[in-house]
Amino acid sequence: MVDSTETGSVEYHFGQKHLLGLRAYSREDILYILEQARYFREILDRPVPKVPTLRDKTIVNLFYENSTRTRLSFELAQKRMGADVVNFSTGNSSAKKGESLKDTIRNISSMKINMVVVRHESPGVPDFLTRLVDASIINAGDGAHEHPTQALLDMFTMQQIHPELKGRKVAIIGDISHSRVVRSNLIGLKKLGAEVLLCGPKTLMPLYVEKLGVHISYDLEETLKWCDIAMALRIQLERQERSTGLFPSLREYYQKFGIRMEHLERYPDFTVMHPGPVNRGVELESDVVDSERAVILNQVTNGVAVRMAVLYLLSGGKRV
Amino acid sequence: MPAEDVNRTFKRFAHQILEPFDDAAHPAVIGMQTRGVHIARRILNVIESEYSQRPDFGILDVTFYRDDFRTRLKVPAVQITEIPFDLYDRDVILVDDVLYTGRTVRSAMDALMDYGRPRSIHFCCMVDRGHRELPITADYVGIRVPTHQNEEVQVKVKELDGEDAVYLVNVDMEQDHG
Repeated sequence: MVDSTETGSVEYHFGQKHLLGLRAYSREDILYILEQARYFREILDRPVPKVPTLRDKTIVNLFYENSTRTRLSFELAQKRMGADVVNFSTGNSSAKKGESLKDTIRNISSMKINMVVVRHESPGVPDFLTRLVDASIINAGDGAHEHPTQALLDMFTMQQIHPELKGRKVAIIGDISHSRVVRSNLIGLKKLGAEVLLCGPKTLMPLYVEKLGVHISYDLEETLKWCDIAMALRIQLERQERSTGLFPSLREYYQKFGIRMEHLERYPDFTVMHPGPVNRGVELESDVVDSERAVILNQVTNGVAVRMAVLYLLSGGKRV
Repeated sequence: MPAEDVNRTFKRFAHQILEPFDDAAHPAVIGMQTRGVHIARRILNVIESEYSQRPDFGILDVTFYRDDFRTRLKVPAVQITEIPFDLYDRDVILVDDVLYTGRTVRSAMDALMDYGRPRSIHFCCMVDRGHRELPITADYVGIRVPTHQNEEVQVKVKELDGEDAVYLVNVDMEQDHG
């Protein structure tokens, strides 16, 4: 039971410096992070849920885009491991005064930072940062590109229900076009051998998405009948309020794509996930959110453990 | 050191550990990953067969508390820690295979303190090979072996290595002395 990790680590060696996206990570890398995260999960249940592993590290959280959950989760993960944390968000910083991203990161890095967690509305920003500073860069969401730690925590949560994800059927429902969560999950899940189905209104489905080797459906009933796990995505109300006309109304969206109690009764096997924050009565019926079939709060707890594992693995050792 | 000696040492440990206590279930035994866990289990088996009582048992991984984490070539894999009882006011016996610099034991004590406030911690190891870098000593020792820095002490347990034995290996020449 204990020894599988030991024999496994003899040939395998985690050699990544950054986490920009799951595309650059192998199946082994992903499985290794998920396996290590199991042991970090246990720390959260200790009487003193804090270890000194990163006490000599300084980490900056660079959030150019609003985020509550991801930033809190990263910050908690960092503090649980004893790191020094500085937060930078655009609301109260020099970015407002017109400083460029390049200058900001150079200034911050002159203060001897070991790791940077970055969220930005433009895809590719984390990759850009790797060329400017020595620190390890962790992508906490760049535009509609990737959000790797979210995908890792989703896969971790799925593994708690289905230890082997190979051949499992995962449906992702909602605004596929504007979601970075989808992209990272898609890449990760395919590497682990799961089958993925995307479901949503045609207007929120990117063109040629089927080329990625996924199933497509525009019918919620068919989707829920098929899947082991149904992951609903948040409909960005801000986007809808700007009346871009991608779907007629929230009410109609709920009627066609919202998961309701009747679905849980009709299809008793699937589990409900959601990356949060949930719009009750849009993606999910309020009772569904609170039902035993939803693991949304587990996702949040697991997020801290997975992020601890990522920080740990990227911070340590001399790289060869 | 052959298997029968190793097994005799397990028996001796069982009695030494229990000697200060009236009740065989009184101490809590905690094995350190990886081989300390198996050694601790074997000691518990002896206690159970002779006193038909089994003390509380826990598993400790000290990776998070190591001070050489940064200087190692690769990131050490984290293993499971499982202490399913309250450490408060307990007499804890910490078990590991080899005592060398003392740094692992220091990490282990830090880790235990984060779990609670034990009444006492005793340390039990199969081999004490010297070369301490910290003021730490073992309470119960299987065998004391004066070694050179370029030698390696290998403790083998049946569960992992298919045999119970202790080897002194010269790393330069890869020669076994039994």
